[in-house]
Amino acid sequence: MLAPDDNLLEVENLRVSFGTERGVAKVLDGVNLTIRRGEIMGLVGESGCGKTTLARAILGILPANARHETGSLRFGGEDLLRMPRRRVDDQIRGRRITFIPQDPFASFNPLFRIGSQAREVMKWKSPRRPEHAGRGLFGFFSRYPRARRKADAADAVEMMRTVQIPRADEAFDKLPHEFSGGQRQRLMIALALMPQPDLVIADEPTTALDVTIQAQILKLLKRLVKERGVSVLFTTHDLGTAYEICDRITVMYAGQEVEMAPVDDFFQRPSHPYTVRLLESLPKPGREPREIGGEIPGLVDPPAGCRFHPRCAHATDICHMKRPATTSVSAAHDLRCYHPVGATVPA
Amino acid sequence: MRILALILQRIAWLVPTLAGLVAVVFFISRVIPADPVAKLAGETASRAQIELLREKLGLDRPLLVQLVDYYRQLLSGDLGTSLFTTRPVWDDLYARLPATIELTIVAMMIAVVIGIPLGVVSALYRNTIIDHVLRIITVAGLAVASFWLALVLQLYFAMDLGWLPLQARITGFPPPSITGFYIVDTLVEGNFTRFRNVVAHLTLPAFTLAFPALATVVRFTRAGVLETLQKNFVVYQRAMGIPSGLIVWKYVLRNSLISTVTQIGLLFGILLAGTVVIETVFQWPGIGAYAFEAILQSDYAAVMGFTVYAGVVFGIVNLVVDIGHAILDPRGTGA
Amino acid sequence: MNAARDILRQLLRDPAAAVGLLIILLLVFIAIFAPLLATHPEAIWDMNPRQRLLPPSDTYVFGTDRMGADIYSRILFGARITMVIASVAVGVALLIGVPIGLISGWTQNWLGEALMRVSDIFLAVPQIVLAIAISQTLGPSIENVILALSVTYWPWFTRLVHAEVRSLKNETFIEAAIALGVPTWRIILLHVLPNVASPIIVRTSIGMGFTILTASALGFLGLGAPPPAPEWGRMIAESREFLPEAWWYALAPGLAIFLVVMGFNLLGDGLRDVLDPRIRRAGARR
Ligand SMILES: Nc1ncnc2c1ncn2[C@@H]1O[C@H](COP(=O)(O)OP(=O)(O)OP(=O)(O)O)[C@@H](O)[C@H]1O
Ligand code: SF4
Ligand SMILES: [Mg+2]
Repeated sequence: MLAPDDNLLEVENLRVSFGTERGVAKVLDGVNLTIRRGEIMGLVGESGCGKTTLARAILGILPANARHETGSLRFGGEDLLRMPRRRVDDQIRGRRITFIPQDPFASFNPLFRIGSQAREVMKWKSPRRPEHAGRGLFGFFSRYPRARRKADAADAVEMMRTVQIPRADEAFDKLPHEFSGGQRQRLMIALALMPQPDLVIADEPTTALDVTIQAQILKLLKRLVKERGVSVLFTTHDLGTAYEICDRITVMYAGQEVEMAPVDDFFQRPSHPYTVRLLESLPKPGREPREIGGEIPGLVDPPAGCRFHPRCAHATDICHMKRPATTSVSAAHDLRCYHPVGATVPA
Repeated sequence: MRILALILQRIAWLVPTLAGLVAVVFFISRVIPADPVAKLAGETASRAQIELLREKLGLDRPLLVQLVDYYRQLLSGDLGTSLFTTRPVWDDLYARLPATIELTIVAMMIAVVIGIPLGVVSALYRNTIIDHVLRIITVAGLAVASFWLALVLQLYFAMDLGWLPLQARITGFPPPSITGFYIVDTLVEGNFTRFRNVVAHLTLPAFTLAFPALATVVRFTRAGVLETLQKNFVVYQRAMGIPSGLIVWKYVLRNSLISTVTQIGLLFGILLAGTVVIETVFQWPGIGAYAFEAILQSDYAAVMGFTVYAGVVFGIVNLVVDIGHAILDPRGTGA
Repeated sequence: MNAARDILRQLLRDPAAAVGLLIILLLVFIAIFAPLLATHPEAIWDMNPRQRLLPPSDTYVFGTDRMGADIYSRILFGARITMVIASVAVGVALLIGVPIGLISGWTQNWLGEALMRVSDIFLAVPQIVLAIAISQTLGPSIENVILALSVTYWPWFTRLVHAEVRSLKNETFIEAAIALGVPTWRIILLHVLPNVASPIIVRTSIGMGFTILTASALGFLGLGAPPPAPEWGRMIAESREFLPEAWWYALAPGLAIFLVVMGFNLLGDGLRDVLDPRIRRAGARR
């Protein structure tokens, strides 16, 4: 185990539920996750397992019907859930934790030029902004001194060049729809890095793009964050993508983390039955891909014990009763399962 | 360039529509009985006298000829002469236009300036007490008969409390005519007693006229904001920690206003229709009351004049709406 | 029939729509049984100078009017006039507007274009202006009010149906039917009409409310049913002479109009939510 101060973000026992028509859905139910400085952490799992919800919880932008947020989100040693809202708004969100959205097509406001949307981010989030600058009246009537604006704009153009936007100096005057999807995602990456954050939350940043463009964007993102030592939480349900970009991978199932391992270990020694099945569902030469089988459980009334047990071939009585505790397969390879795959069955 | 194209497009649409409108009203008002010439000539007039007058007014010729004549007359900017005021209709309309415009614009401003923020608040506080109260008010606004609302307000604020004048546009002498808008004229004149008098007279009719339009604005803004709030770009801006007041009032509002602006054309329809009733109830010396009077008197020329006026106003409003769209939505995809 | 029951069930789950439906059913009930429900049915048409302008009391719940008639009883009989005017006017507007909309939306040639221009003309001025003009030239009577209202309201149906049909025409199932050589009248009757039914129903409900408002405005302006018919708008107009002393005079008819229009609007809103989730719950009502 590494020293705790190497951890940038420590999510501990995080619970989030949503009020729905069918009842209270326990969408995150005791999630644990750490992200170290400068590392890219992959978060994988089937659709609906709670990846986006976890990302939004970290950003502090859960939807209005979210309830009972408990646990802790320690970021740089401070718990975000207990930090004054005002401070999170001013100094954390968009500043030290930034965001790359899934859908670059819909994430720019179509009616505003790229320049005014970028300027809005820089005005509030550029590293040049004094820490205790006021925010005016509801964000209106606040000063954006000319000198800072100019310097910020120059930085922004430079950043757009870095993400390979053609004719970056003209990008400010264009409207979002004048850019292709790939270009828009490059712009999003530029905006995410401009505030010089410690952590970038990238929620499936390439799903909406063509396969060829996906690879370019991934490479670019990886290069830029590694150069700058920025950590990334990268959610995806594509294991191939995770393999290419991540340093470590956390697997989530039905709102709980089940396995966490360095990327090589993950692909060579998957130990949780669910992880194994996930990997088997990938097409591979010489083997038919195998469906995971069964259905994702409902979250209003989830299965007791290990939530995977209705679909698990290894399940025994104990699996129905209590969620397995975290055990270590090897250094830095954690697991929550009573009967790890490949281990000798305890007597 | 785009704006110019819009203007040309609108005019190309307006001219045939107006021509058709004139034809429709022309036939409605002449084919269908009620002999205005007899009315005009008076009870004691003989048949011969009536026929003479008819000939003099050119009402004895075939309808189609009369219609073509009327078109020709319109093209030369002449709306004809009112049978009853015996003045050119154009002069009548022109004299009454400022009163109606003043009333309509104040009502529009009430509807928009109050309606948009209320709509936003209603959306932001969806399903709370504030929202429910606002929704009840807006549903009521679209269900209440404006003449009845006018009466109730008159009864309470004018007759009972005596806070506001019952009717008319002003008591005493009007201000020196500069723009014809009393609010502006009294201010220019610097006569604040008279200004207060004018505002007091405007309050009830403007509010009554505005009420249904206000309700419409609130409903549309609420729906627009609710829809926009679901958009990914709002989630993105929240995720990036942009102050939420700014997100709502600068970014979300602009997207929502696009649909509200479309409705402004409709609103003007509501207001224009409202003036006929409201001006009559409040004895407001405007075009709406004039139109009603003209219809009751079978005053052809005046009715036609009002129709043309209404059509032109609609055309202009639609043009303004188009331009508003072009400004709000720079993508140029149009409506 | 099952679909209808489903829709009804969903409607009743929305309290606002349920209230709207209740108001309308009540109105229909009152209109039918007015003679039985009225406390002074005989006093609708006669003069009773000694009971003139009495304030509300146990005998006269809403007071009496200038003729000494019981306002409560007059309101009940007025419901008949309102119901007849609104349903016939909207019905006729439907009969004119829907076929024209179907033709213009389906054919998309000069005829369709011309029909749309004609409906544009009617929409270029407020309905009430044309309605005033027509009912004035025809003279005040219930039939003429109905005529004036239906002649001016049909373009709204035409517009709506035209737009729906045009977008429907691009749907695969319609294109397939055309390609298979199904006769046009069959396609329109069996495939197009059922698909435009929902917006038409919604618009009909809202149109009823709007038409009642316009009809009462005509009555108020003296262009509706001639006296002594207990028309709500006219009752309000009559009251003006006796204000502020006879404060109750306009109260009941105004509230009656308000409630009924509100009923149709609430029902229209509810129907829109149930039948046509695509359309946002908003709108200027016409
Ligand atoms: N606002 C909400 N109200 C109710 N339930 C929600 C809400 N948002 C998400 N959910 C539910 O929470 C669960 C997790 O959703 P989430 O979007 O976090 O999954 P995900 O892992 O990101 O899936 P995907 O791969 O499809 O993006 C899902 O079952 C979803 O239906
Ligand atoms: S704990 Fe039991 S049910 Fe869960 S994954 Fe392990 S073996 Fe399967
Ligand atoms: Mg997701």
